[in-house]
Amino acid sequence: MTQKDMSYSAVMARKNEIMKSSMGIDYGDFIESPIAFDYEKMMAETGYTMEDIYRIQHETKVGNTPLYELRNLTEMVRKTCAPGKGARILVKDEAANASGSFKARRAAVSAYTALRLGYKGVVAATSGNYGAGVASQAAQRGLKCIVVQEVYDSRGVGQPEIIEKGRACEAYGAEVIKLTVGPELFYMQLRTLEETGFFNASLYTPFAIRGVESLGAEIGEQVRSRYGQAPDAVVITHAGGGNLTGTARGLLYVGCESTRIVACSVDLSGLHMASDHDFNRKSFTTGHTGFGVPFAVWPDRVDVPRNAARSLRYMDEYQLVTQGEVFYITELLTKVEGLERGPAGNISLTAAVTLARQMDKDQIVVVQETEYTGAGKHHNSQLSFARENGIEVRRGDPRESIPGKSIIIPEHLDQVLGRVQDIDRLRREYLANAAKQLPVTQWTENDINFLAADVKKDPAWVRANLPA
Amino acid sequence: MNKVPKGTWVEIEWVVLKPEERAKALPEDTKKVPYVMRVSGFLTEDAEIGQMVSIRTIIGRIHSGKLTTVNPSYSHSFGKVVPELLTIGTEAEK
Ligand SMILES: Cc1ncc(COP(=O)(O)O)c(C=O)c1O
Repeated sequence: MTQKDMSYSAVMARKNEIMKSSMGIDYGDFIESPIAFDYEKMMAETGYTMEDIYRIQHETKVGNTPLYELRNLTEMVRKTCAPGKGARILVKDEAANASGSFKARRAAVSAYTALRLGYKGVVAATSGNYGAGVASQAAQRGLKCIVVQEVYDSRGVGQPEIIEKGRACEAYGAEVIKLTVGPELFYMQLRTLEETGFFNASLYTPFAIRGVESLGAEIGEQVRSRYGQAPDAVVITHAGGGNLTGTARGLLYVGCESTRIVACSVDLSGLHMASDHDFNRKSFTTGHTGFGVPFAVWPDRVDVPRNAARSLRYMDEYQLVTQGEVFYITELLTKVEGLERGPAGNISLTAAVTLARQMDKDQIVVVQETEYTGAGKHHNSQLSFARENGIEVRRGDPRESIPGKSIIIPEHLDQVLGRVQDIDRLRREYLANAAKQLPVTQWTENDINFLAADVKKDPAWVRANLPA
Repeated sequence: MNKVPKGTWVEIEWVVLKPEERAKALPEDTKKVPYVMRVSGFLTEDAEIGQMVSIRTIIGRIHSGKLTTVNPSYSHSFGKVVPELLTIGTEAEK
């Protein structure tokens, strides 16, 4: 038997063939140039209608989650803003999905597809919740599941939330390959796909993203039937961009064209995501700028040839919040609303407080997810771990905090302010990244039209902002 | 040395890539350390801690590596109480 070359460069060189045989999609059908591709055709190629997606998800305990009005929090916000201001804050309780987060929506469609295409198992490379989602869905569909996860620094120490997410994957019967810090996660994923011939349950396929559309569609319909209007703003925790893309597409599907799509991430600027040392100095494992910014400005940095999650295509605004602000809001949600929920959803809840304060009283802002909490994920676990790792934790003005050095928990709700990130700057960075794929002088009209749609601008804007 | 019987639930460790075999363009600190994986499964033969062994994972795949842990367990918790959180949303802060 000839032994395949398993070195880093050899496996990476086999990337295209491995991906092609592990996905049931030929991306060649959509790609038009090094830049442009037919995005809507790719999304349609899944072959599923929205009704199919609802059906697939309901079969495996996903979707149809409750939408709650946070009356007490809304009242508290109204006390900290100008008269007539203070929009209603609603939250979609995505923790109610099997496996405890919205990621189950992505996983449900992926696992269903893997089974339909005759694969024996699924492989997912993920920081966590998605792994639990895939494992839970695979268990229900009778598929084997392997989760490839970045868990430890070189001392063998793991962030408590990461450890918990790995535990959940194992609880649902997955084999979990636990790795130290590094971008070689993708290499391990490819090796595993090659060894097993399993389906690549990537977070970024059209199957996965279409799975999130039901979330946006449910929000649009629930809000309209209960309040007789479309949501004025939906706030979406942003990392790889699938949450935002799928939710926004679902809202459009049910006709909520006027709804403002607001991204939100925890500001971790200054920390390096591939750094062994920085790995355990952050108190959030997703929904932070370390993923959110690079994925917004170049979505195709992923494990599939073209990413179906393209957040700038749908984003109207991008809010940043500090770790301390999110921990404050998490505790407040628990104490005044009687809901103990995990970190990721509370990121967008934090931004929703800021937005609600600026919006009129009769308006509606929706926080589009919660996730489960518990040992490891709980904000007390995170803060305790941060303190043990030498991070300063105190009450005060969150604007003074420095990611990786200090976490400052507000003393009052009126210190929860967040800040706006300039998305035109992100759009220009995206164009600069596109220019690395194909020099600007070779961009065709089709490329310019694609880029314009991909940053939610018109072609004239792209022409006026061409990279140097 | 204590024998670990065949069939025991264990964790193994394996160096996937030595520092010089890793991806290019890593931060300095990451570049210096190997890329290591751990995985759990049932031991396929009697062995001792530190030996090279094979395991059968929960889905039936075979992996080889150095035997490090018997009955690998989870001990993550809610952490030590963080008093700064306690008063948030209570009368004390009204
Ligand atoms: C619970 C939860 N919310 C939000 C996100 C962010 O989603 P996305 O990576 O699609 O932007 C993630 C994962 O990264 C998550 O697990």
